Amino acid sequence: MSPQNFHEEIAARLIQLASTHGASAAEATVAAGDEFEAQVRLGQVETLKEAGSQAAGIRLLFGQRVGSAYTSDLSEAGLARMVASAAGLAQISTEDPHAGLPDPSSLGAVRGDLQLFSPSIDAFDPARRIELAREAEQSALSFDPRIDNSEGGSFSSSTAWRAFSNSIGFLSSYRSSYCGLSAVPVATSEGRRERDYWSSSARAIDGLESPDFIGRTAAQRALRRLGARKASTQKVPVVFEPRVARSLLGHLFSAISGDSVYRKSSYLAGLLGQQVAGSNITIIDDATLPGLVGTAPFDDEGVPSRRTVVFENGRLASYLLNSYTARKLGLQTTGSAARGVTGNAGVGHGNFFLQPGENSPESIISSVKNGLYVTELLGSGVNIVNGDYSRGAAGLWIENGQLAWPVHEITIAGNLRRIFEQVEAIGNDLEFRGSVACPTILIGEMTVSGQ
Amino acid sequence: MGLSISLIATQFGISTSDLHRYLNEALSRGGDYADLYFEYIESTSLALDESIVKSATQGVTLGVGVRVLSGERTGYAYSDDLSPDRILKAARTAACIAAGPASIVQTPLDAISAPNLYPVPHPAAESSLAERVALIVEADHIARAEDARVFQVQASFADSIRHILIATSDGRLAHDRQPMARLNVMALARAADGRIEHGYQGGGGRVGLDHFTSNHLVSKFAKEAVRQALVQLDAVEAPAGEMTVVLGPGWPGILLHEAVGHGLEADFNRKEVSAFSGRIGQQVASPLCTVVDNGAMAARRGSLNVDDEGVPSQENVLIENGVLRGYLHDRLSSRLLRNTPTGNGRRENYQHIPLPRMTNTYMLAGDSDPSEILRSVKKGLYCATFGGGQVDITSGNFVFSATESYLIEDGRLTSPVRGASLIGNGPEALKYVSMVGNDLQLDEGVGICGKEGQSVPVGVGIPTLKIDRITVGGNA
Repeated sequence: MSPQNFHEEIAARLIQLASTHGASAAEATVAAGDEFEAQVRLGQVETLKEAGSQAAGIRLLFGQRVGSAYTSDLSEAGLARMVASAAGLAQISTEDPHAGLPDPSSLGAVRGDLQLFSPSIDAFDPARRIELAREAEQSALSFDPRIDNSEGGSFSSSTAWRAFSNSIGFLSSYRSSYCGLSAVPVATSEGRRERDYWSSSARAIDGLESPDFIGRTAAQRALRRLGARKASTQKVPVVFEPRVARSLLGHLFSAISGDSVYRKSSYLAGLLGQQVAGSNITIIDDATLPGLVGTAPFDDEGVPSRRTVVFENGRLASYLLNSYTARKLGLQTTGSAARGVTGNAGVGHGNFFLQPGENSPESIISSVKNGLYVTELLGSGVNIVNGDYSRGAAGLWIENGQLAWPVHEITIAGNLRRIFEQVEAIGNDLEFRGSVACPTILIGEMTVSGQ
Repeated sequence: MGLSISLIATQFGISTSDLHRYLNEALSRGGDYADLYFEYIESTSLALDESIVKSATQGVTLGVGVRVLSGERTGYAYSDDLSPDRILKAARTAACIAAGPASIVQTPLDAISAPNLYPVPHPAAESSLAERVALIVEADHIARAEDARVFQVQASFADSIRHILIATSDGRLAHDRQPMARLNVMALARAADGRIEHGYQGGGGRVGLDHFTSNHLVSKFAKEAVRQALVQLDAVEAPAGEMTVVLGPGWPGILLHEAVGHGLEADFNRKEVSAFSGRIGQQVASPLCTVVDNGAMAARRGSLNVDDEGVPSQENVLIENGVLRGYLHDRLSSRLLRNTPTGNGRRENYQHIPLPRMTNTYMLAGDSDPSEILRSVKKGLYCATFGGGQVDITSGNFVFSATESYLIEDGRLTSPVRGASLIGNGPEALKYVSMVGNDLQLDEGVGICGKEGQSVPVGVGIPTLKIDRITVGGNA
């Protein structure tokens, strides 16, 4: 294959250099991007940022030994230094019987337009970008007199190239774009402040929610937190709104990622094919959905993206694997390799989501007599090895099916395995606001710790 | 510290007149301050897994960031190409924040001097790769030999040297060489009943390889990771609800980082969005508590000769005998709040705008004997080790997650309990501190602090601390 653009040329050149160093196999990644950010606070432009950068990385194999390096210097001399550095590192690594590249027959890319890039972003007038941020903030500030301060409105955008090549014939690249708009208002009542946010992101400008909607939503969220108090310690049903429910899926991803599985540092290791969640739980990873943030034509080893059912009606149907973890586990790659520009590939996900159910979020809330509706989670208290879960939370207390009063400074605790076995209702409100998405869900029982 | 000894200036042929030219371009449309931040980082990371050195990576990053301040407005641009035309282009982009004719005359650059807190004559980056590999191989051997229940060990060693050069329109010229090294060991252990748990210990700082060898840290970290995994094999469910908690010395100081440190960063207070805004002079902790942030400690992970705006670091008292004394400033906040800079302007790298950040944050030692503190608790929880934490600046609610804790019954440690988060409110939680130990310890050097998408290395520390009331988020 001959290079189609500058980034592919660099990637192809790196593979040539690897071969002149005597490497038995090599992988090269080139990434380049431009970013823009405008922050407006209390109506005034606070920050404008604009820049571009590029980087390249190489991973060399000498038999079963591996060395990697990266650089931001894409001159011929810079590339040569980087390849020499990686070759030196390979000499001090240990032979790894499973090290290698994907099977050549597994390489390729999804065809067709995945709508990863929109020219609308580069074409969008900088003055309008600032104006969107200003409008989003203004919409929040004018929503209610109790919104008396703000951390601002923000518009950000980026465009990027990513090229990948290896020594067994893969050479390809793709271009992507991204834009985001957010508002972070502060509400005050009786001397106590509460902050919340709303944001929207898309690959094209016209995919963004309106600044008015973003500002109003953020304001409503901040306002409903005012007057929050602690709840008493008890075991109750817990409803996760979509924005926080998706973090549960994020933890589950860590537990089914090939790296944790082959090391047995996951509570789901060794359970492939078994029932590990309720029969209402179907979780899918799909990196081929057009226009979404988690979409790409191929993974970071040159394996085509695909749709993988991870949990099928509660049965652990597949792990997510790159070629290395697949070899370790005697399975096939799921096209889930992920890395920066260098090093051994880790495991990533595409668009990772829980299949929506039939219930409206309102009907889920109204089915709870006494429980918690979680709108914010804090901290890192999740242990993937044993599934233990304990995080800070804030939200609204549910009394007789109604969102009754705001609650904060509490924790919720459980275990990931039991949490996914006890999902009693799944909402119909699945929305992709990032690469992990989950509808509203109701967990039968968790421990709320407060007063 | 003249320009001639800055690695960046010599390697890339940057003269004082070049710096003046770039700063003048940055202020060509007005604005009242501009600075240049050059950065060159060399890093190496080595990782062992299943007794195999599977990963060895080296890299180089280089770039310059140009910033223009105009009142409360910031313009920022960066380039990973140090050719004069690219730097001038970045300066023109950053200048767009201001609109008008140039109004500031560049002050002649004068190199500032600061003592070197981390001379490190032999940084890890300059020792042989074989010596560094030997550390992780040894960690693997020791951890596996420690107990037959250990079945998986991961060890890694990462080091870097960051060179920075800063020039400002008000005449400040600073450069620094910032070495960093860190060793991590993670162990997995399996009980006879099949239960699997993990333990972790890591550490380092602005040190060379000798820090790890002469202090026997490889063995210490490996054995500690195994010990923690084994303790967890016997852990019962953690309790839930408000109770008395004793925090062990050292890394549990992450309490201070979350409960008060972030809330005292001056950007949040300038904007009045922090739970601590407008509370200077007020009692926000028990009179037993004096909390400082100190970037001027020798060889610590959070230490800096100069911050990323060229200001020498120093000890800053945040809370004195329970009374809130001051905030952590960068140049922007110190100018707008008419304070002196505190040396806390930090950034992840040249692609980021500096923000007020912590360095090494700790509580001064008190009078109590740690064993006396334990004996005073009839029923409660003792937390020895933590994972991470997080805070909501505006409400002040913070969490931090215990990874090794024990029940306290009648003044003695009894059962180990499973991981649990603790939650409190920043301006309130430390009011319940009733005893402070005489055993101040700083952590081993593992802290990474995230804010607005930027990560920086930090340190924390506390003496043994008794908190009469805090919410523990167990599942019992």
